[in-house]
Amino acid sequence: MNASIIVLILVAVYTGWRVFQADSMVRATFALLVSFIAVAGIGVILSVPYIGVATVFMMAVEMMVMAIFMVAFMMNSAGLNPMSMVHQEKPAMAAGLLTWLGLSAAVLTSRLPDNPVPADNRAVRDLGIELLGDSMLTFETGGVALLATMVGAVILSSRRGRYGPADEGAQPPGLMAGGAPAGRRPEEGGGHHHGHGGHDMGGGEMGGHDMGGHGSGSEAGGEDMHAGHDMGGQDMDGGHGTGGASMADARPNMTGHEAHGGMEPGSAATGGADADDPHRAHRTAGTGGTSQQGHGAMGHSAPGAGEDARQEHGPADDPDSHRGDKRR
Amino acid sequence: MTLTIVLLGAAALIGLGVYGALSQQSFVMLMMGLELILNGALLAIMGFWSLGLGGMPEGQLLAIIVMAVMAVEMSIGFALVVAVYRKRQADMTESLGTLKE
Repeated sequence: MNASIIVLILVAVYTGWRVFQADSMVRATFALLVSFIAVAGIGVILSVPYIGVATVFMMAVEMMVMAIFMVAFMMNSAGLNPMSMVHQEKPAMAAGLLTWLGLSAAVLTSRLPDNPVPADNRAVRDLGIELLGDSMLTFETGGVALLATMVGAVILSSRRGRYGPADEGAQPPGLMAGGAPAGRRPEEGGGHHHGHGGHDMGGGEMGGHDMGGHGSGSEAGGEDMHAGHDMGGQDMDGGHGTGGASMADARPNMTGHEAHGGMEPGSAATGGADADDPHRAHRTAGTGGTSQQGHGAMGHSAPGAGEDARQEHGPADDPDSHRGDKRR
Repeated sequence: MTLTIVLLGAAALIGLGVYGALSQQSFVMLMMGLELILNGALLAIMGFWSLGLGGMPEGQLLAIIVMAVMAVEMSIGFALVVAVYRKRQADMTESLGTLKE
């Protein structure tokens, strides 16, 4: 019995060493499989037949999967030319040797128990009774852990994320039905389109949009302009919050806007829209502020108010404005 | 005597696994090192059960738990390798240094 165990241990250790020496990844995988099978053989000799045979079954499948992954991921799976892909090899070897020698010293110096399995022991039957008897909770917990593993593996390896393609960043659903995505947008979100849209509109209105009119409108008007400037000029991060801010302020600012529309002949159409749809008109006015001159004047007119508006209403999000942005 | 031999073999397997897990650059090879460590643990558990516990069934249960850990380690490990490869085109440990910065 000892001789066969020694032989199997030597086989297991040698093939375990070959795992890290083989040029071919597939050969390394099969070396590991042989190592596992040798250990399973020791188990069968040591009268743990169920564990040994289950190890063989499990490892045969597992190593096949591993071989497939090896071929899929490694550049040199066939082992046609020698290769060595190691880092920090000396410390690693020292750590391995230290582990081996330390554990061996512990084995050799400690008093080991001596209570072998009786010859008439029915190991597999005992294991079955134990698994579905006293240790059932442990066993079932293992089953749940494996289920969680399956779910986790599927989620991790899935190309599709929770809210869309995982490679492109997540898009959470809107807070309201059909609304804009909740939370922060990914880096390449609609912010750029928004900005361009704002610029275009600003360019169209630039002639009629004189800053004097705005400054005299009201402080609330200045606030809005600042918001519009954030939406257009800055990145998406601020863009959202300020989109919400201008919407939230729409009602109090109505007077300021109408005054603004009336003052400017160039944006008469905008003024008309104002009356019908305060939201849209407001937004247009805000984006008008994106024009370069407007934005400069704006910064001077009421910078503090703009900051306040951004901070207070930053998280507020308006679905309408976002949908409009996307269409633009 | 037999138990000593088995435990020495287990110590050698664990030492080999530590070397492999620390030295290999490829994720898959690194996982093979981890598997070798678990292999040594399994061998030690079987030796202790067979020669030191007098046939207590809980020892076999521990071996089954080790096998479940192997399955969990491998499936989650491969899923992580696939996810990392999709995201970063990386299959070596050196390619993933972003958390250092």
